[in-house]
Amino acid sequence: MHLKYESTLREPLVDGVKDYHQVTEDIISPIEAKPGKLWYVGFFISLALLGFGAFSVFWQIYFGVGVWNLNKTIGWGWDITNFVWWVGIGHAGTLISAILLLFRQGWRTGVNRAAEAMTIFAVMCAGQFPIIHMGRVWMAFFILPYPNTRGPVWVNFNSPLLWDVFAISTYFTVSLLFWYSGLIPDFATIRDRAKTKLRKHLYGIASFGWTGSTKHWQRHESLSLVLAGLSTPLVLSVHTIVSFDFATSVIPGWHTTIFPPYFVAGAIFSGFAMVNTLLIITRKILKLEEYITIGHMEAMNKVIVLTGSVVGCAYLTELFMAWYGANPYEFDTFFKYRAAGPLGWSYWIMMTCNVITPQVFWFRKMRRNVTVTFVMSIIVNIGMWFERFVIICTSLYRDYLPSSWSYYRPSWPEVGFYMGTFGLFFTCFFLFAKYFPVIAVAEIKSVLKTSGENYKEKMEVYEEESAEKFAHDVAHAH
Amino acid sequence: MAVKNFVVGLFDDEAVLFPAVKKVRTAGYKLHDVYTPFPVHGLDHAMGLRESSLHTAGFIYGITGTTTALSFMSWVFNVDWPLNIGGKPHFPLPAFIPITFELTVLFAAVGMVMTFCWLCQIMPGVKKHIFHPRQTDDKFVMVIELTEKTNAEEVKSFLQAAGAHDINEQQAEAGWWFGRFDKDDEPYLRKVKPVNA
Repeated sequence: MHLKYESTLREPLVDGVKDYHQVTEDIISPIEAKPGKLWYVGFFISLALLGFGAFSVFWQIYFGVGVWNLNKTIGWGWDITNFVWWVGIGHAGTLISAILLLFRQGWRTGVNRAAEAMTIFAVMCAGQFPIIHMGRVWMAFFILPYPNTRGPVWVNFNSPLLWDVFAISTYFTVSLLFWYSGLIPDFATIRDRAKTKLRKHLYGIASFGWTGSTKHWQRHESLSLVLAGLSTPLVLSVHTIVSFDFATSVIPGWHTTIFPPYFVAGAIFSGFAMVNTLLIITRKILKLEEYITIGHMEAMNKVIVLTGSVVGCAYLTELFMAWYGANPYEFDTFFKYRAAGPLGWSYWIMMTCNVITPQVFWFRKMRRNVTVTFVMSIIVNIGMWFERFVIICTSLYRDYLPSSWSYYRPSWPEVGFYMGTFGLFFTCFFLFAKYFPVIAVAEIKSVLKTSGENYKEKMEVYEEESAEKFAHDVAHAH
Repeated sequence: MAVKNFVVGLFDDEAVLFPAVKKVRTAGYKLHDVYTPFPVHGLDHAMGLRESSLHTAGFIYGITGTTTALSFMSWVFNVDWPLNIGGKPHFPLPAFIPITFELTVLFAAVGMVMTFCWLCQIMPGVKKHIFHPRQTDDKFVMVIELTEKTNAEEVKSFLQAAGAHDINEQQAEAGWWFGRFDKDDEPYLRKVKPVNA
């Protein structure tokens, strides 16, 4: 009996009667079983999408960037929209694993592993867009500051586009390290219970020879804490720097100082929505409802309604500033060509999906409803895609000179490329769900005795007694 | 490291493990290690391990990243190729902050993970002796190293009294070697005479 225990008023994080071994069984046994029919169907659909994406990219590289419908006025279209969208999705994982770790939010243990995996896959998808967008991808290494034979001539360290290179690659590396360092002990668990030789060998390599020594766990805890502390400002910096791509330019509609917090809130918003989409399916297929509970989804829905409202405030602030700032070009961008005009429909899709519909989550019943959560998670991601589209395209398509006004709709290689990243994302996610422990086994075990349902029930006796008596009994227990 | 003789005992519950660790230490037995499936808070203190200084290493890596970024960028802009970019200063500190920050985080994270692997002596291909296959599942495995002063039978009955079960004696390599977990390559290593036989 510890002096510190979780109040029974808090919902259990793990439902059902569990002990440590049962936790291992529940989470590891899907890895040891043959995947179901649904897994194969999903995996091959993802592979097909990935193949189509690869073909679209090949087409663009072979014939040049002209196969895209970008033009002189609209130089950034679906490519950069998709880049910002995927990077945004990639924010939830590190937010859950780092910021919620520092805030001591116990519920993160159930969802952090899958959310971090999602982060890594989303950043992999995001990174391709700026690179392919360069047109001559074989020159992509020019963005790196390496000693070359042309002087050497260096990259411009003042450019937000270069900051992006550093931010995204650092974010990817640190997220990957954080994720993998958490996976090492769980791989060791799979290794030590493996029945087949191949599994024992492969997970033996993946587990780095982890034994579970107390000293190693002490270092592991220290490492996780410092990586969380490093990732917290990192995750905020990444979308801030992405927003600098726009905010440091002088395009009306981009040139605003609220972009960094507004982009970060939007990133968390879409990221949590994507976590909900994936986990609702994963928990169902892998039968992990007792670990990823309705309580977990409710917590994420609360974050969604908060960040959705932050984003809503940002939209209104932008409109107010466009009017109050008395810059006629900015006023026109917002009131004539963004909220109205030929692309005005995209603005209203964004407003509906991001600001109006998430308000259903003010109701507890809606937050705890799986169907509503699933539908909302998809609506939010559609809304967030349109937010990026609106910011990029509606600021560009009405230029200063009416003669260069233009309209934009994507060509098939642009759509195909986007679909291809979905293929990549889901191919990776299917492989992850099959071969990796989708829930952090060791972390669940360390919160089991304070937050497991069958352990919490035992606490009811202590809840009855007075705090003084409880403290006294604990102090004189031995 | 070296091949040694050990007495191994299993515990099911942290509540039994903690007093047992205390007893073993007061009795003066050489506690080799306790293997647990998850981080048990306070066990490191109970075993008398000192605090980890990994975070200090992380700080040093971090400031190395800061210095690298700042000095490299200012060297490029001022010494190696001073370029006039829109009349902006050659040492634009605010514009250097994003990259400086990213490199600080990158150096600290990569450095710390590598130090962690080095200190724990773990990497792909490394193999270590697993005293009980359920030490990564649900058992807390206490391992006591035998010395010339300790009697194996005495340690066994001591562990029994402390609440352990499945107590056994094992001869094992205490360090690591390159090996595969699907192959039992330890007997080969065990040809060496244990140092504490």
